Amino acid sequence: MAETHSLQDMRQQAAIAAKVFLQRDYTNGTVCQFQTKFPSELETRIDKQQFEETVRTLNNLYAEAEKLGSQSYIEGCLACLTAYTIFLCMETHYEKVLKKIAKYIQEQNDKIYAPRGLLLTDPIERGLRVIEVTIFEDRSLTR
Amino acid sequence: MKNCEYQQIDPRALSVSPSSAQNHTEKRVQRPRRKWEVFPGKNRFYCDGRIILARQSGVLPLTLGLIVVTCGLFFAFDCPFLVKHLTVFIPVIGGVLFVFVVLSLLRTSFTDPGILPRATPDEAADVEKQIDTSGSSTYRPPPRTKEILINQQVVKLKYCFTCKTFRPPRTSHCSLCDNCVERFDHHCPWVGNCVGKRNYRFFYSFIISLSFLTSFIFGCVITHITLRSQAGKSLVQAIQESPARYPLYLVICFFSIWSILGLSGFHTYLVASNLTTNEDIKGSWSSKRAAEESGNPYSYNSIITNCCVTLCGPMPPSLIDRRGFLPIDEAIPAASASEIELPPFVAKNDAHMCTQSTKDVLERVVHSFDYQGLCPTGTPKTSPLALEVSSTAAPSPETSPSAGCSRQLARHPVAAPCPPFSSSNKRDSLHSINPAFRLASPSPSLSRTTLILGDAPDIGFIPLP
Repeated sequence: MAETHSLQDMRQQAAIAAKVFLQRDYTNGTVCQFQTKFPSELETRIDKQQFEETVRTLNNLYAEAEKLGSQSYIEGCLACLTAYTIFLCMETHYEKVLKKIAKYIQEQNDKIYAPRGLLLTDPIERGLRVIEVTIFEDRSLTR
Repeated sequence: MKNCEYQQIDPRALSVSPSSAQNHTEKRVQRPRRKWEVFPGKNRFYCDGRIILARQSGVLPLTLGLIVVTCGLFFAFDCPFLVKHLTVFIPVIGGVLFVFVVLSLLRTSFTDPGILPRATPDEAADVEKQIDTSGSSTYRPPPRTKEILINQQVVKLKYCFTCKTFRPPRTSHCSLCDNCVERFDHHCPWVGNCVGKRNYRFFYSFIISLSFLTSFIFGCVITHITLRSQAGKSLVQAIQESPARYPLYLVICFFSIWSILGLSGFHTYLVASNLTTNEDIKGSWSSKRAAEESGNPYSYNSIITNCCVTLCGPMPPSLIDRRGFLPIDEAIPAASASEIELPPFVAKNDAHMCTQSTKDVLERVVHSFDYQGLCPTGTPKTSPLALEVSSTAAPSPETSPSAGCSRQLARHPVAAPCPPFSSSNKRDSLHSINPAFRLASPSPSLSRTTLILGDAPDIGFIPLP
């Protein structure tokens, strides 16, 4: 079972204490929004306002990606007229916003979450189902 | 401080070291695997993950063949006559329509319909933990439904036992592809793929353009025969003059026109009311909510807006990342995916999270702990961090859910099926046989009987590749 051990090592080398999952919020339909409820496990680690601000910004970014405006309609009509071959060469608006989201999460991790022993996972890596927050063991308590 | 008895090579240390170039050549030799190779659903992938198809794509060649043969005959036999007697635009229009139809068809068949990747073991454990808060020792599976409010209307979310998550609204599990598909419409055997959120517009443009094409060809053929018979000969003689293909040709055109036109009309209605075939068949929003206008919480209550949203809305990305690399293989080339007892796809996803996209952040985390003067010196990534032995009180999340699930499945071998896809199964067999009939009698009663009968085959293990 050497392979299993190495897999577990890969995952747990940073001594993950817990993982918190923020589920999707469907009150406005199927648009991608996440619940802003502050999880209790994070109470000792991060300020509630800060966390909710992060989630709110993410929600706004996803709303921008899925916004039904003139830009998305033009893109859709153009794609239809070219028999959707245009998607082969052009990046869609959604993909552009996803890149922005990835950069924002990276930046938040660097500045706010990593110093507190937390890690946000980009929801796209979880199929836009959850925002996964990994809580690392606080070494200061184990000595 | 806990330590593992053996020393594992830290892949992160390797990859950031100057000798990474050497490792890269090693990796090249090992041929890093892509995620599509370990995809748990029943799909087939071509062109190194760029093209995705359902496992049984049996009728797709027939569809293509019918279209190509019919158009070929049209161009070969009718066009020369019509160009001479009418206008040169006939083959041009025919050509444009033909190209549009084939491109839409291929696009529908080869696009990911909106497959939802399966939950990671941690997520599945979290869901189960949230439900089972009583702390009972016996394992209880999560309840099968959860009610939420969407636009002030109660909607039930069902739990998918295969994908281990509560399905988002409008998502359904397709048993043929063994995937949850977002905004699931139906599984179309003619295109050999599911029709869902991401390829519904391609499917719609396929059937609309096919309607135009078949009507156009039919019209041209009728015109051809009429013109021939007007030149002094009787109708029968005119038909006899042309090659014997006409009867077959006309029969194909006639029946396909009625089915395709019917299907186009039906889907136009669905698009205008922002419904899916699945919802329409089940009658989810029809008679129960008589008080509201449409009862459909997803509808924008305007035909134009509904059409724009469904057909010209933003194109969502594929969630399954077929062509991404499996990072576990970069780090541990010897690890063979098939032999591990854990669901390799989800385990690797987790590893992917840890190693690929968050390497330097982890370093920062460690350094922040280091700074507090708590950790011994050594390789920053390995030594200060405890290597959890799996036998500790916190069992590794990978093993417990799958073990739990196998126990659960052993106890509920005939757990109730997920009704949407079993009815959609029935539905698409109807669809393939005779869509016109389906239009005449949407038969919600059929879906109800299917619910009783269905013993869904999707309840089972996460299929290990």
